[in-house]
Order: sequence, then structure tokens, then C-alpha cells
Amino acid sequence: MAKAKPTPRARSLASKPLAPKVFKLRLFVAGQTAKSVRAFANLKVLCEQRLKDRYEIEVVDLLEHPHMARGNQIVAVPTLEIQLPQEVRKIIGDLSNTERVLVGLDLQEIG
Amino acid sequence: MTPKPSKKTRAPAVRTLEKAPTGILGLDEVTGGGLPAGRPTLVSGGAGSGKTLFALEFLVRGATQYDEPGVFMSFEETIPDLAINAASLGFDLNRLVAEKKLFLDHVSISRSEISETGEFDLEGLFIRIADAVKRVGARRVVLDTIEALFAELPNPGILRSEIRRLFGWLKQQGLTTVITAERDRPDKLTRHGIEEFVSDCVMVLDHRIRDEISTRRLRIVKYRGSTHGTNEYPFLIDAHGISVLPISSLGLDHAAPAERVSTGIERLDGMMGGKGYYRGSSILMSGTSGTGKTSVSAHFVDAACRRGERCLYFAFEESPKQIVRNMRSIGIDLEPWLRKDLLQFRAARPTYGGIEEVLLVSHKHIDRFEPAIVVVDPITNLLTVSTLGEVRSMLTRLVDFLKTRQITSIFTSLTAPGGSLEASEADISSLMDTWLLLKSIEVGGERNRALYVLKSRGMEHSNQIREFLLTNHGLRMLDVYLGPEGVLTGSARMSQEGRERAAGTSRRQEREGRKRELSRKAQIFEARMAMLRAEFEMDEERIQQRISESTLLDKELLQDRGQMVRSREADASVDTNGSGAPVSRKR
Repeated sequence: MAKAKPTPRARSLASKPLAPKVFKLRLFVAGQTAKSVRAFANLKVLCEQRLKDRYEIEVVDLLEHPHMARGNQIVAVPTLEIQLPQEVRKIIGDLSNTERVLVGLDLQEIG
Repeated sequence: MTPKPSKKTRAPAVRTLEKAPTGILGLDEVTGGGLPAGRPTLVSGGAGSGKTLFALEFLVRGATQYDEPGVFMSFEETIPDLAINAASLGFDLNRLVAEKKLFLDHVSISRSEISETGEFDLEGLFIRIADAVKRVGARRVVLDTIEALFAELPNPGILRSEIRRLFGWLKQQGLTTVITAERDRPDKLTRHGIEEFVSDCVMVLDHRIRDEISTRRLRIVKYRGSTHGTNEYPFLIDAHGISVLPISSLGLDHAAPAERVSTGIERLDGMMGGKGYYRGSSILMSGTSGTGKTSVSAHFVDAACRRGERCLYFAFEESPKQIVRNMRSIGIDLEPWLRKDLLQFRAARPTYGGIEEVLLVSHKHIDRFEPAIVVVDPITNLLTVSTLGEVRSMLTRLVDFLKTRQITSIFTSLTAPGGSLEASEADISSLMDTWLLLKSIEVGGERNRALYVLKSRGMEHSNQIREFLLTNHGLRMLDVYLGPEGVLTGSARMSQEGRERAAGTSRRQEREGRKRELSRKAQIFEARMAMLRAEFEMDEERIQQRISESTLLDKELLQDRGQMVRSREADASVDTNGSGAPVSRKR
């Protein structure tokens, strides 16, 4: 635990920065559980559909970086952290409810 | 860095369930050793009932007194707020954190940031707790207040099952855990029913205000595998933490020493078999205002300090300075004992806190100072902040507490003048071993002080009422004066004595007068005798004289007749001789 600033293991997918904005997403999981695998899969599908080339996903395994749970105020997993220009939003769950994820991403189209 | 091996050998081997001492004053006594070790305990209570402080003290005492580091998971207060709260109990959280005896984590979630998009669990929280526990090698954990999660996270169903899993996990880790919960309705222990998941120990804290007096109470609702009182225990939060006190008696199995301690007044000792009070006994000293209760107590204190015993004096009415000054006026100098720290005064008006607070404060001072003698002067001031029933209950506990420590205690009680001295205190007096009644006896326009031993368990004692004076050399008991009209005091006593003296004198005078009269009569008698004798002598003289005169006269007459006969010669012989002897016939 003596590391000064731990570098989270990150996996960048489709990191081609595009004009209006790039969504910086962080998915906090606790090990390779069914929920975390499902969440990542759901997220990836959604991003590919809606944010093609406009997103970065970083997956943080809290079992490996437990202090990050504290630093990022994570209680529930999976938690998706969305860094919007104005705020940081958190969405919890396995991201199976696409509507809600889109609301969280400010990307919802209809009601 | 590595978690310490499970070491639970510290707690003494308890019959059924190993216990982790809380270090909270009184709580370990009522729970028979502390909280269930390695298990979760639920502490529930309303807002402001002291849950957080309870949890904090549990951790801090664990870290500082029992070498059990702790983790505080705060779901409500921020860490700086927590540190400030702890400082109010005299705990320095930052130092303990720096010493790696304590780990604080503030769990902050804002519902507005959260939306739920499917299945989740609380593994994030588990990881945080596990990490914190690992960092300090914690043996104790506090979750304050975990139910806050219900307000911040969706899906209560998942939350409940996750909380259940968390408690199970904590237990599996062998962590002694305090889980606090908000109690907003009297019919429920917790808002979300998490008490279901805590099977070992549940406590409820309560903050009540009755008759404008606030009282905090702790109730043990459940304590599996352990005997516990089902009573409520009042507790206090002050600058030194929480103190819990059993409301019920501590039991009557305290030792009864046969040792005696002097009252400090020789003749009062004399009234109690010549030896004074029993050590560890409780003495009620009641009387109206100004009868010398404080003075008699001060004598006892002075004598104890002379023996080198520590005395704790709770002054509920007068300031310590005032008492010292007043006692100096009767020749008792308490100052040196104060300087030597043999005597401590604790002055407070009980009005500031409730009666339970008075009791708890008393306990704390007694715990710290460990006196041999305690004076509570006067207990009647407690009645101004509480009811008689509560005062009695409080005194019962205080007396029991003092007895278990074999502390000799004096309770003074101010009785209303005119009222029946004994009836008003009958309730309290039954708790006491010895009851001294100080009286002011009003006779002939003045008041005088007297005392008597109304009862004194287990010893022979005088049943006389004794007058005493408060002189500048201390209290002086006077001899018993038993006149025909009961005990007399003061100048009534003196005038009675005067009257007695006067009566004695007059009797003596009467006696002497009678004697004088007798001798006078004797003199008169003698004088009369003398007079009579003198008269007699005079009479006798006169009579004798007359007798001799008449004899003489007879002789002369005879002579004359002879001469005439001789001068007549012839025929005179028959007539002149009375016997008729013829003068011439024989011749």
C-alpha cells in the first residue's frame, strides 16, 4: 500500500478523440463477477451504438485498487462514473437498463 | 501493515460468550464485560441520543485501552465533523489516526448522482471496510449509520440483503462491530428493520425530557448468551465520555466491615458504643436549618483527614470557600487538607443537570479520587430538580455504590422547620445505617442545638438527647441534663439549675430557721424555768420569813405572858396555864 499515486489499470477502447466531446467513462467493478462482465458488455454495446469513437472506458477493479473505492466514493458495484464537463455522475448496476444509462449520459432522445 | 493475528485473549474468559470491553464507564458492568466479541451489536436511538458518541468512545477506548485498533465508517458525518465531536469527549481522533490506531472513512453518496440501471451489490463498501481494517489491523468496526444508504441508494431489497451479508461478513472476520441505527418510531427499533440481522446484541439509546430535565437512558433489548439487566440504565455524556449507571441496585452482597471510624467528636463516639460509625456505612444527618449538620460533618471530615484518609465533599448548597470559612469559625481548619489534596470539594447546584447527572458526576469523581469518606450536603437540594421517588432511586444506587467501595458516607438532609422531622425523611432513612437527628430546641425565646442517634444499625447507641455548643474550639457536647420535664437546654437549663439552687438554699434556710426556732424555744424554756425558779425562790424566802416571824411572835407572846404571870403572882396560874396543870398544887 505504499504506492504514492496508483495508476489504475485502464483499457482504452476506440480512443479516437472527436470534435464535440469525448465521454470519459470509468467502470468500477469488484473482480470478474457475472455482474461486472455483464456491465462491461452492456456498456460497450451502448457506447459502440451511440458514441462511436467518442468515448474512453477505464475499468477499475477495486479488488486490486481498494483505496480507489474510498477515493471515488464507491459503495455499490458495478458503478459507472461519467465525467461530464459540469459534474461527475454515477450510475450503478449492471447497465442493463439502457434508457437510464442514456439519461445518465445526457443522451436520451425521447421520453 | 499486515492485519494483526486474531488476539482475543485480552478479555477475561467469560462463561458463555467472549466479550470485548467497551471501556465506557459502567457499561461493561451492566453487560457483564462488554459487547459480544467478534460480533455485531446494534445501537439504535433517535436523533441526538448519543449513538455516534457511543460508537466513537467504543472505538477510541478499544484503541487506547485494549490495544484493539478500530475502523469508523461514517455514513453521515464528515471526518472533520467527527473529529470535532470526538474532541468534545476529550478524544484526539487525528492523533489516533496518525498513530494508525484508528481509520476513519466517510461514505458519502448523493442520491442525485446515482441512478440504478440494473443489478448491483455493495462489494465496493466491503472492499473499503476490508482495506481500512487491513491498514490498521482493526479488531473493531463502527458503521454509523448504515441505514443512511437506504436514502442514497435505490432498491431497498438489494440493500437489505447486502447489509445482511455485510453483517455476516463482519462476524466471519471476527470484528467486534457497532452498527448504529436511527430510531424514528417508538414501535420500531430501526427505520428499515435491520435489527433482524443482528442476533447477538441490541441496545437502544434514548434522550428524554421529563419535567424539563433531560435524561439519557440506555436499554439492552437483546443480548444473546449473556445475562443482562432488562432495566434501563441512565447515562451521561460529558467531557470525559459516556458513563452508564445501573438504575437498579448493584446488589446487596457488599462486605460489611466491622471496623469503626471516629465521628471526630469524642462524646458523639461515646454515644455510639464509644467507637463511632462503621466504616462503609451510610449516615443520614437531618435537621432544620442551622442545627449544625455541616459542622458535625466537618468534624468527621477533619478527623478522617487527620488519619490520612481522602474525603470527597459534595457541596450542593454552599460554596467550598464558604464552608472552609464557616468551619474555621468553629475551630476546624480544612485548608491544610485541601492543600494536601486529602479533601476535595465538588460544588454544584444540581439544577444544572438532571438528578441522573448528579449521580453520574458523583460516580466519576468518586472513581477518580477514591475517597474513604464522602459527604453529600445536602441531599434535599436534589429534590428541587427531581421527585422524591427519583431521589430515592438515585440515593439507593449511590449508597450501594459507596458501600461496594466501603466508603463511609454522610448525607445531610435539611428538614423544613415545623414539619414532622422524622416522617418526611422516612423514605430515605431506610437506606441509611445510622441516622443522627439534629434538633433546634426552642425554649424561653432562644434556640439551642441538640442531637440524638435515632438509629444505628448493628451497634449499641445512646438514646439520649444531647445538647451541644458550637464553640470556637469545635463542637462541644454537654452533659446530659435530665430534668423532670425532659431534656433542657441553654438558659432554660441554666435557669432550671438556678431554680434548683434557689430551692436548695431556701430549704437550707428553712432548716436552719427551724433549728434556730428550736434553740430559741429552748432558750425561752430555760428562761422561763429560770424565772419560775426565781419566783419560787422569792416565794420560798418570803414564806420562810413569815414562818420564822410567826415563830418568833409566838415566843414573845409566851415570854410576855410569863412576865405578867410573875407580876400578878397569885391567881393567875389556872388561866395562864393552858394545859391546866395546877401550878400550886404540887408545890
